[in-house]
Amino acid sequence: MFGWQGKILRVNLSDGSIKPEALNEEWAHQFIGARGLGTKYFFEEVDPQVDPLSPKNKLIFMTGPLTGTFASSAGRFNVVTKGPLNGTIAASNSGGYWGAELKYAGWDGIIIEGRADRPVYLYIYNDQAELRCAEELWGKNVFETTDMLKEATDEEAKVACIGPAGENLVKFACIMNEYHRAAGRSGVGAVMGSKNLKAIVVRGTGSIKVDNPAAFMQACQDARKKLREHEVTGEGLGAYGTNILVNILNEHGGLPVKNFSEAAVFPNAEKISGEYHAEKYLVRNKGCFGCTIACGRVTNIPQGRFKSSGEGPEYEATWTFGSNLAIDDFEAICKANFLCNELGLDPITMGGTISCATELVQRGIIPRTVADLRWGDGAMLVDLVRKTAYREGFGDELAEGSYRLAEKYGHPEFSMTVKKQELPAYDPRGLQGIGLNYATSNRGGCHVRGYMTSPEVLGLPERVDPDATEGKPALLKTFQDLTALCDSAGICLFTTFAIGLPEIAAQLRTATGLNISDDEYLLAGERIWNLERLFNLKAGFSKKDDTLPPRLLKDPMPGGPHKGRVVELDKMLPEYYRLRGWNEEGVPTQERLQQLGLA
Amino acid sequence: MSKVLFVEPERCTGCRTCELICSFTHTGEFNPLHSCVSIVAFEKNGFSFPAVCQQCSIAACMEVCPVGAISKDQNGAMIVNHSICLRCKMCTIACPFGATFYDAENDRILKCDLCGGDPQCVENCASGALTYREANTVNQSKRRATAAKFLGLMEEGR
Repeated sequence: MFGWQGKILRVNLSDGSIKPEALNEEWAHQFIGARGLGTKYFFEEVDPQVDPLSPKNKLIFMTGPLTGTFASSAGRFNVVTKGPLNGTIAASNSGGYWGAELKYAGWDGIIIEGRADRPVYLYIYNDQAELRCAEELWGKNVFETTDMLKEATDEEAKVACIGPAGENLVKFACIMNEYHRAAGRSGVGAVMGSKNLKAIVVRGTGSIKVDNPAAFMQACQDARKKLREHEVTGEGLGAYGTNILVNILNEHGGLPVKNFSEAAVFPNAEKISGEYHAEKYLVRNKGCFGCTIACGRVTNIPQGRFKSSGEGPEYEATWTFGSNLAIDDFEAICKANFLCNELGLDPITMGGTISCATELVQRGIIPRTVADLRWGDGAMLVDLVRKTAYREGFGDELAEGSYRLAEKYGHPEFSMTVKKQELPAYDPRGLQGIGLNYATSNRGGCHVRGYMTSPEVLGLPERVDPDATEGKPALLKTFQDLTALCDSAGICLFTTFAIGLPEIAAQLRTATGLNISDDEYLLAGERIWNLERLFNLKAGFSKKDDTLPPRLLKDPMPGGPHKGRVVELDKMLPEYYRLRGWNEEGVPTQERLQQLGLA
Repeated sequence: MSKVLFVEPERCTGCRTCELICSFTHTGEFNPLHSCVSIVAFEKNGFSFPAVCQQCSIAACMEVCPVGAISKDQNGAMIVNHSICLRCKMCTIACPFGATFYDAENDRILKCDLCGGDPQCVENCASGALTYREANTVNQSKRRATAAKFLGLMEEGR
């Protein structure tokens, strides 16, 4: 095979068996790789009703056919499992070098089954793989673990591991790789922790071959040229990182404040902006494997009580620890973000849970004797992040995410979640399309399943009225399907600011030799979207879950450019179902499933 | 008029595009270990260093080669004559930078040849960490940047 390596490693932690097997070529052609192919394997092998933290759940690491090649920003892999935060299909995407290294070792993916009796790690050196004792590593943070494993194996090895949060089954624990990169959402790290698997260490020295080298390089160079010349991917993201969005979303009136309870305009946004970050704290840019964008931030807080260094924070983390908690101290935000990396926590859910808890305390729902939480307190934030990872005190309640917390105190309506996963950094009352995206995302509250911010705020690929509902279902469907294809190819979603279906399809076609049309590649994205939907339906989700927190549907935006607006979901959702070929209950029709090859 | 491949590690983002294009240019496949440039990454610190042959004037690789397989071409690149090379790997041992490599799969020495005067790593480096410039003036922009800092300090003090 070309692009794909043609091999999967199956590891059963219960009996210690490690078996190579041939990649299912038919599935690879239908579901491409990474997110799509991982989901296909998972769908075929795991009962959707499985308890996410039981040994019967599986954890699949999958790369795409472009991962590790010269394709545009092709350093991605996905972790597919049933997520413990909300029980949806979780496909958590990460960059760095780990995915490419796995390909160089000769593997497309790894399927982890069962549960080890004692802590172990998996070491892969090309076609050799073995489980090794990790008892000395248990309890260590991500940085300590990575250092120790490089020392024990190979200094050039790439390490994906969990921190204390994953070990302690925090519902939103990440899997971290190369210290700072994260398969961040849905609690995939807790699944790894439940299996007693501390890390997967990979060293690969082999090659990746493509079907038509000359044509592939031409397609890659075309995409890379567009990325380097584009104002977002060639200038903005390099200069200011994803934090460039702070001022942009604030001016738009879409930067959520205090758990979405106030107008989505933060008076001190400038002090947490990408411009401020670059001026005061940026050491240099960091790129993932094969990426010309290099949006990563190497950041240093040289002195003071939050003295620290690390990578990030990204826009979502800056928002969730910033305006969402009314914190304008960028140094505290950085420190909390670095702690999340070291302990292995998803910042979006971490901040969303603290903001929910703070609102519940302010409303007198959680007694101050339980937790004395305040808006705008950076030191409190840093303390709560650490306590959550170790489940200390009130941190034990925060470790369950905002929905379980708010439900426990009788007010789930203050949990700003969709399908129990916390919303990211866009108040959908100012971006109607993002509202529909949140409601229909296959993993619950999420921005990277159909990034409608791009047309609604950034005007890419073309500007649409953010307050309008007309046309949004069709546009979102295209975004969702293209995103599923992009994630499955193994390239970074950020490339789609500058390139689209023709460029992605051209790279896939020439790399793999799968000579199907652009539209058929997009259809693969739609097939993947529908397979995820089928999993969620079998897991017990239904139309009633395709909704938003009541605040966003009923309470008008209190101020700013979108004052008075709510998300008009009922104007968009029926049309969205119709365009998807789903019935009124949101269930794919037999006819559409047949068209997609899923019947 | 001689040019050098100039490395500015502080600009490097660690994206390893140089490794990909180099291995593809020389082997037609993607493999960072079949590249003549190698990114040495300090992942924790977010620092990456492109290690690549500096085409030394007094070249240890050339001096140590027992059969004279390494010689300088018109671009100043030290070139390996694969038809007489013994694959003894003494050059990889002698190079003080570890910037001469051995490709075990294809049994041959890998060493930067400046792509015949058009180095592809430079062509594809988005960060500007790798440039190909006139040897005599290679550092002038660094001098000016440092001097400009002094200018700023003096003007502040005025």
